[in-house]
Amino acid sequence: MRKESNTQAMGEPESGSARSESTGEVITTAHGAGGERMRKLVDRLVGGRFDVAIEGGVGLDAFDDGAVIPIGDDSLVFTTDSHVVSPLEFPGGDIGRLAVSGTVNDLAVMGGTRPLGLTCSLVVEEGTSVDLVERVVESMRVACAEAGCSVVTGDTKVMGSGEIDTLVVNTTGVALVPTGQFVPDAGLSPGDAIVVSGTVGDHGISLLAAREGFDFEGELESDVAPLNGLVAAALEAGGVTAMKDPTRSGLAGALNEMATKSGVGIEIREADVPIASAVASAGSVLGIDPMMVANEGVVVFGCDPADADAILAAVRDHPLGADAAIVGQATADNEGSVVLDTGIGRRYLREPEGDQLPRIC
Amino acid sequence: MSMRPDVEDLQFRDPAKADVLADRLATLQDQIGEPVAIMHVCGTHEQVIAKFGLRSRLPDGLSVRMGPGCPVCVTTMREVDEALAIADSGAIVATYGDMFRVPGTARSLADAKAEGADVRVVYSAMDVAALAREHPDREVVFFATGFETTAAPTAAMLEADPPDNLSVLSAHKYVPPAMAAIAEMPDTDVDGFLAAGHAATITGSGIFESFVEEYGIPVVVGGFEPLDVLGGLVALLELVASGQPGLENAYPRCVSEAGNVAAQDAMWRVFEQRTGEWRGLAEIPAGCLDLAPAYADWNARERFDVEPAAATVDPLTEQCRCGDIMAGKASPEDCPLFGGACVPSDPVGACMVSSEGTCKIWYEYGGHPDL
Repeated sequence: MRKESNTQAMGEPESGSARSESTGEVITTAHGAGGERMRKLVDRLVGGRFDVAIEGGVGLDAFDDGAVIPIGDDSLVFTTDSHVVSPLEFPGGDIGRLAVSGTVNDLAVMGGTRPLGLTCSLVVEEGTSVDLVERVVESMRVACAEAGCSVVTGDTKVMGSGEIDTLVVNTTGVALVPTGQFVPDAGLSPGDAIVVSGTVGDHGISLLAAREGFDFEGELESDVAPLNGLVAAALEAGGVTAMKDPTRSGLAGALNEMATKSGVGIEIREADVPIASAVASAGSVLGIDPMMVANEGVVVFGCDPADADAILAAVRDHPLGADAAIVGQATADNEGSVVLDTGIGRRYLREPEGDQLPRIC
Repeated sequence: MSMRPDVEDLQFRDPAKADVLADRLATLQDQIGEPVAIMHVCGTHEQVIAKFGLRSRLPDGLSVRMGPGCPVCVTTMREVDEALAIADSGAIVATYGDMFRVPGTARSLADAKAEGADVRVVYSAMDVAALAREHPDREVVFFATGFETTAAPTAAMLEADPPDNLSVLSAHKYVPPAMAAIAEMPDTDVDGFLAAGHAATITGSGIFESFVEEYGIPVVVGGFEPLDVLGGLVALLELVASGQPGLENAYPRCVSEAGNVAAQDAMWRVFEQRTGEWRGLAEIPAGCLDLAPAYADWNARERFDVEPAAATVDPLTEQCRCGDIMAGKASPEDCPLFGGACVPSDPVGACMVSSEGTCKIWYEYGGHPDL
């Protein structure tokens, strides 16, 4: 397709469109790090273009983990994610396992715990070993088996040497949820208990340690895994009011987003946040707070306080939830902020600004 | 699975012991009965205070502010411009990571590197000597910043037969004279100093004796775990309450009275004190460390024409309040730029660049907790 015809097909922006003045700004890796800069970029790209609400569901205006489109008694849960992790194979997983888990988990935290199928698009750099690509695809098969789904359609493209870094994997997933029963990230009310399903920071800290060449004697591993089974167990156990997949900006980012969108404060007891000792040690050596880095095998739940113990018990019964804990609660005070009780004092826990860990997922 | 950090940390992070110290602070503050302002002069102290939310445990009337404790922040624009002029001339400029993004008049070393200059980040002075040996055909200039804690290693490197193609652009600063300068400022009101434990491992706690005598302000040398800081503050309030200025070492597990004599000797063989500017503060008498005449051969200011080109200052820097913040006269939240036009990814003032800068620390740990 010629570029001109493409432009024509898009048409001139309509009057009142959100097209901004050129700022001469260029994209940097900080724009992709999930923090404030990324949100500003997404606001500029999406705001006024696609941020249309979906009645009875979830559209791009909600900036949630996925979309929910009502179609009769059921709603379609729909999400997509491109994966660019470096290194492609890391302790505890690889880009294939990550691509399946990331999309399955985005569906699950919207309430879509039974994925119907995934798409898989591979963009491969010329010169990449076929064995590597096959290992990645085989790893996707294993992760799909754990999640109880399959890749049902896909696409493969090759780019020239140096035009892309080795391998990019995009996955899109769909699932069904009974209409009206999806779980937003914005559903917290004051008093709701906050449950974290496992140790935090494992993915981000282990990738960074691997990249920096730190040897922690194999104790550091990514936790990347499909969590739809764990989420289903929690949903069955009681009233889950909000869910979030604390990926790129970590537990701190997820909690801040939930607090802001729900119009509540959140108070967290630092001593109750599960952090594996190897992750805590590596984090302190690297100067990085495990609460500020990506997770790929953790869910944050908001729970009706009356059901919190039952939900915690159900999550702990699941093989991936043994370290789950109630870490705090939503509050009417400090709306839009997260307060951290350090055991010695109190301070705000802010979301990371981004860019400390590029290409984490 | 064990869930928490190293056991040896825990004895300095025990919430029950923190409660006892916080109660003691409240009692002492009550007894004193009027506002008390404590200044510390160390980014690491500010990190501990912010990270553990210690300000939320201070009684009403007790304020703890950071003074000029960030070596990167007090490095002047002119010193950065000198490093830029040397980098632009084609030499390799090596410096600590924190200096990399500090703006000079118009640019930072990071900008110069993006434009093609050869700027390297090093972790120690010895790395620079190794770098110079790897590149015998290039001039390698160490843009050396920091207080006693990094000046002593720079001295050790220069005494260990450095290669001829190496030189040092010293922006080292010496803390005790800055404390005196602040004590003499008419509009600062400091009732006690919490002195930096790691600098005191070099200088020894005894160095503050003459300061206490001359200015009648108590000094306590403090460590860097949360209980160290709370314990140091208790010791300071006890001195304030007693009405007798005194000196106490609240970090004896690392700091001795005499300090590291070998390191001090090396430092004073290699450097001499000069009166000079600390960014944002003032001329500090004897507050800057220049290479002594015996080391003139390694002095980058002798070897290079480092007259920096004139450039226009970013208009935003006019609004920047780093100077007042470093003098302890303002907090980051008093600055109109804090968290808006000035953020770590796009800093205006040096205090937002360095991990030891007050603004960066406050930004990272969520601002002032009025909790």
